[in-house]
Amino acid sequence: MGLLDQEFTEGNIVIAKTEDLFNWARLSSLWQVGFGLACCAIEMMATSASHYDFDRFGVIPRPSPRQSDVIIISGTVTFKMAIRIKRLYEQMPDPKYVISMGSCSNCGGPYWEHGYHVLKGVDRVIPVDVYVPGCPPRPEALLEGLLKLQEKIRNESIVKKSA
Amino acid sequence: MILRNNLKKHIQFVKLFLTLLNSSVNFQYQILKIMLTEFGKVFVFILTAALFVVVAIYVARLLRPKRPTFEKLTTYECGENPEGSPWVKFNIRFYVVALIFLIFDVEVVLLIPWALVYKEMGIVGYLIGAIFLILLGVGMAYEWKKGDLEWARPKIKEPTLEQINSTETQKEALKTAS
Repeated sequence: MGLLDQEFTEGNIVIAKTEDLFNWARLSSLWQVGFGLACCAIEMMATSASHYDFDRFGVIPRPSPRQSDVIIISGTVTFKMAIRIKRLYEQMPDPKYVISMGSCSNCGGPYWEHGYHVLKGVDRVIPVDVYVPGCPPRPEALLEGLLKLQEKIRNESIVKKSA
Repeated sequence: MILRNNLKKHIQFVKLFLTLLNSSVNFQYQILKIMLTEFGKVFVFILTAALFVVVAIYVARLLRPKRPTFEKLTTYECGENPEGSPWVKFNIRFYVVALIFLIFDVEVVLLIPWALVYKEMGIVGYLIGAIFLILLGVGMAYEWKKGDLEWARPKIKEPTLEQINSTETQKEALKTAS
C-alpha cells in the first residue's frame, strides 16, 4: 500500500507541504487519454492545437490509459461506447479524473428523450469531476473546465475530514 | 568589551573552520585525482545513472497509490475485450524489412552531414559519398533480385513423389552397402 493511499487523522506542516507538492505535480501534468467520440472531439483537437495550446497547462494526449490522468468524454456516449468508456476508465491508474464535455455526455443532450441508443449522461457509468456545458463547447469553455479541475486538485487533501 | 572579545573568538573560530574546510576539500580533491582515471569518471557516470533509476522507481513504489483491480490488470486493447494471447508470432519476413529499413535509416544519418560539407571537400568528398551510395545500391539491387521487396511468397517447388521415393531408395541402398 502506497503512502498516498493512507488517510491521516490530523494534518501537520509536513503533510500540508507534501500535499501541496503532490497536488501541484498532479495538476500541472494532467495527461489525457487520446480519445474522442463525436463533434466535441473536433473542438477538443482544436484546443490541443497551437491556437489554444492545451499543452501550456500540461495536457498532452497519451495513446494508452495506463499513462493518463484525465479522460475527457468528448461527445455522444452510446450504450455500446459506455461499456468501453467504463473499461478505459477502470484501466487508468489512480488518481484519475473525468471531464464531461458537451451536452451529450452531460445529460444526453439532443438525444435526451428519443435517443434509444444514447446514455443519458456519462455520470451514470463513471464519476465525473467537471461538466463543461455547450453543444459543442468552444475551446475556451474546455480550457475553463480544465482550470476548474486544476482548482479541484489543488484543494485535495489526504487528511481525513472530520464530521 | 566582552562583546568584542566574543566577536574576536567567533571570527577566529570561523577562520579555523574555513582553513579546515579548505584543507579537507583539497585532500578530497587530491584523493579523487589519484583514484579516478579518465575512464573512472565514465564508471561514476554509469553508476549514478543506474542508481538514479533504481532510487526513482523505489521511491515511486513507496509513494504512489496502489489500487489494483481486475480491469486494471487486464490487457489494454482500446477498451475492447482482450482476445487471444498477446504472445503472437510475427512473420519472420518482417525481419528483412526491418533490416532494410535500418540500413537506409543509417544512410540518411550519414548522408545529411555529408551533403552539408561535400562542396568544401571537393572531388574527394564526392568520391567518398559516391562509393558509399554505390555499395548501398548494389545491396539494394541484390535484395530486389532476390525478391525480398515482394511481399507475395515465391512459389515453392514441391518435390514429386517419385523424387522422394528415389532418394529414399538411394538411402536404403547406401545403408545396405555400408
